[in-house]
Amino acid sequence: MSSNPESWERFDRRERLIRFFMLFAGLVIIVAAWRAMEVNYGYAITAPVELADLFSRMYPPDVGYSTTITGALLETLNISILGTALAILMAIPVAFLGASNTTPNKATYLFGKFIISFTRSVNVIIWALIFVVVFGPGALAGVLAIAVRSIGFTAKLIAEAIEEIDKGSVEAVTAVGASQLDVLIYGIVPQIKPAFISVTTLRWDINVRASTIIGFVGAGGIGVPLQTEINYFNWEAVLTILIAILGLVLVSEAVSAYLRKKVM
Amino acid sequence: MLEVTELEKTYDTGDRALKSVSFEVSGNEIVAIIGPSGAGKSTLIRSINRLTEPTGGSITLDGKELTDLGQSELRNARRDMGMIFQEFNLVERLTVMENILSGRLGYLSTWDAFRRNFPPEDISRAREILSRVNLDGVENNRADELSGGQRQRVGIARAVIQRPKILLADEPTSALDPETSREVMNLLTDIAHEDDIPVIINIHEVDLAIEHADRIIGLSNGEVVFNGSADKLDEEARDEIYRGGESLEQKQMASSEAETNISDAVVERGD
Amino acid sequence: MAAEPGSTANGSWERPTAFYSKNVKYGIYALILLFFAYSFWNLRMSPARFIQGLGAGVELISSMLPPAYTPTQRELLIQGIIESIVMAIVATVIGIIISIPVAVMASDNLVPGPIYYIGRSIVATTRSLHELIVAIVMVKAVGFGPLAGVLALAFKTIGFFAKLLAEEIEDIDHGQMEAVTAVGGNSIQRYLYGVLPQVMPRIVGLSIYRLDINLRHSTVVGIVGAGGIGITLLNSFDKYDYQFSMAIISVIVVIVMIGEGISAVARRRIQ
Repeated sequence: MSSNPESWERFDRRERLIRFFMLFAGLVIIVAAWRAMEVNYGYAITAPVELADLFSRMYPPDVGYSTTITGALLETLNISILGTALAILMAIPVAFLGASNTTPNKATYLFGKFIISFTRSVNVIIWALIFVVVFGPGALAGVLAIAVRSIGFTAKLIAEAIEEIDKGSVEAVTAVGASQLDVLIYGIVPQIKPAFISVTTLRWDINVRASTIIGFVGAGGIGVPLQTEINYFNWEAVLTILIAILGLVLVSEAVSAYLRKKVM
Repeated sequence: MLEVTELEKTYDTGDRALKSVSFEVSGNEIVAIIGPSGAGKSTLIRSINRLTEPTGGSITLDGKELTDLGQSELRNARRDMGMIFQEFNLVERLTVMENILSGRLGYLSTWDAFRRNFPPEDISRAREILSRVNLDGVENNRADELSGGQRQRVGIARAVIQRPKILLADEPTSALDPETSREVMNLLTDIAHEDDIPVIINIHEVDLAIEHADRIIGLSNGEVVFNGSADKLDEEARDEIYRGGESLEQKQMASSEAETNISDAVVERGD
Repeated sequence: MAAEPGSTANGSWERPTAFYSKNVKYGIYALILLFFAYSFWNLRMSPARFIQGLGAGVELISSMLPPAYTPTQRELLIQGIIESIVMAIVATVIGIIISIPVAVMASDNLVPGPIYYIGRSIVATTRSLHELIVAIVMVKAVGFGPLAGVLALAFKTIGFFAKLLAEEIEDIDHGQMEAVTAVGGNSIQRYLYGVLPQVMPRIVGLSIYRLDINLRHSTVVGIVGAGGIGITLLNSFDKYDYQFSMAIISVIVVIVMIGEGISAVARRRIQ
């Protein structure tokens, strides 16, 4: 206890030591991390100049090029929508397995949880690499990569919605003599429908972004021409593509937000 | 006629909730089941349509044994029993009309249920019942837009459209204010008389029970300790039901711990 | 209620729809179906190729198992993972340092209109482009290697961090800021004593969260040449060395899960 009435400190000695130590440890980690990167300072210092140079070469965007990418842009949109739809189809059974109140037993519950966390932990681009090996380059690999990657996210949120349903109304529908399927249709589905729609639109929004890059490994969409133009240093075309992507992402974000608001 | 004979229920936890409960209900009788919390009122009423599976004894509805029915026969039997719940248990996001029509699901194919394709006579009957429970014009509102009293009336309508042989009401008034509670009880009484079916009601409020019921069954600790007409429910019978036979004065002297129990029981009887 | 009142015919009832009428609803459903049919057709996938693909899938899985690596590959794996972790840390720190002023700019309660719009557009742009797109551009600007990855991840961090921090700043209690002004504090003191203490827990929580996200991304930006384990993974696929690919993927999954676990625990302890 400090008894000097003229001094005041926010933390006592021990707390201050701990705080100091943690701050110090954090700094050490950051410095060590920076050193471990073995940054070539020559590059690092010129990075802003290089970036500025790059953008000056990009400007103005090649407006004429925009007509040649409409196909790829549409394909991107298609991949995102089909991928999301397929993901939902696969996620529904997984969600019922991964929800504690609908899963048949402990083993199926763990299986559901495993699928949810496994599909989530592997990045979409890695899934794309795998599916390109399996189905060859093209949009199909992209759709499957998006779909598999999305299972975990969608199934997890739908499972949470299933766990939160009001058991009373399910019971009431059972009590009138309805079959189990009727109970599902009448008692459970209406309760999870809003969550279902908002999860779908939210994931679709994320998937539009993901669909723009899976082309880097050959899985279709706008990523394919983007990579080609970058490799040919065709910078004005690159800027056109980037603007197109920006537009697509912003529009899909707005659409997705509008749909979510509508079901609430 | 519903006959319950030596009904037993022991939960997995080992709690023996019902101990050889027997009674009969017939005609268009209003039977109130009263008793303190944990006496087994809810278990009893839920055992009748097997939302809770009884562990022994027999239940017959119009001579048909219910306890040994298989899944699909049980569904058919449930169509004949309308159930009304404490928390209304409506499907909140569906319209009032859909909630009422859900009472007919037992008669509908799954495909028709999916398309909400109910026969015209069900729909016109739903409209009739809707005005009978004083809810004209709200059929297209979602259930979660209604007040508590309105929701309970939708719950009653859902049970009535089943054309049940008996109504089971599990604490139908506990979530409602006194005024609305009385309205709901009046509605249930009217239905019993107009449709000529018996109604079994679990209820906390003894005054409401005496006011509306023809007969009262007192349940204490899983056993029937009173079964008689409402006017026979004297002070002694109440003591039997709520204090296990001890009178108020005896209990008050027992201990301070018991005192809290008494005040609980008094609160529970409802003011 | 733009739909027909429904009560015209007593025996029919139509569920009110979110669309204007039943026809519009079915029209929209038909359009959606048509779109899916078109998209599916657009994939130009023959059934034969799909079946062939399933065979190839089984083959791939069997050639991936068990995951394995040679001693040289083990070195590559360890180096790559360390590089990814290091990139994640540095990118998070740089990203946050830039994000904080951007967040202030993007809070409508602290800055005048024009600056607010500049802040908002920085946030929107940095959020919209996928990290791999930013990475591929950075690789062209500063060359292959972790520096490009760090710049890309730091860029993405701004959009995330500044957006969420700005939302927090917009919710702060203005009284505390005014109090500092009232005692004669200048604007720097106003931020330090009036704003910072209120948003500090959020800054720490978001930093840990973003570190977790950057760790995930730093394992893949290598696929476009921006450093980390990603390039090793891509090479293993190019060399058909699928056992090594599997080893890398497994390590990535484990690292990501550990990161997620630590981040979740740390965030819970802060709150």
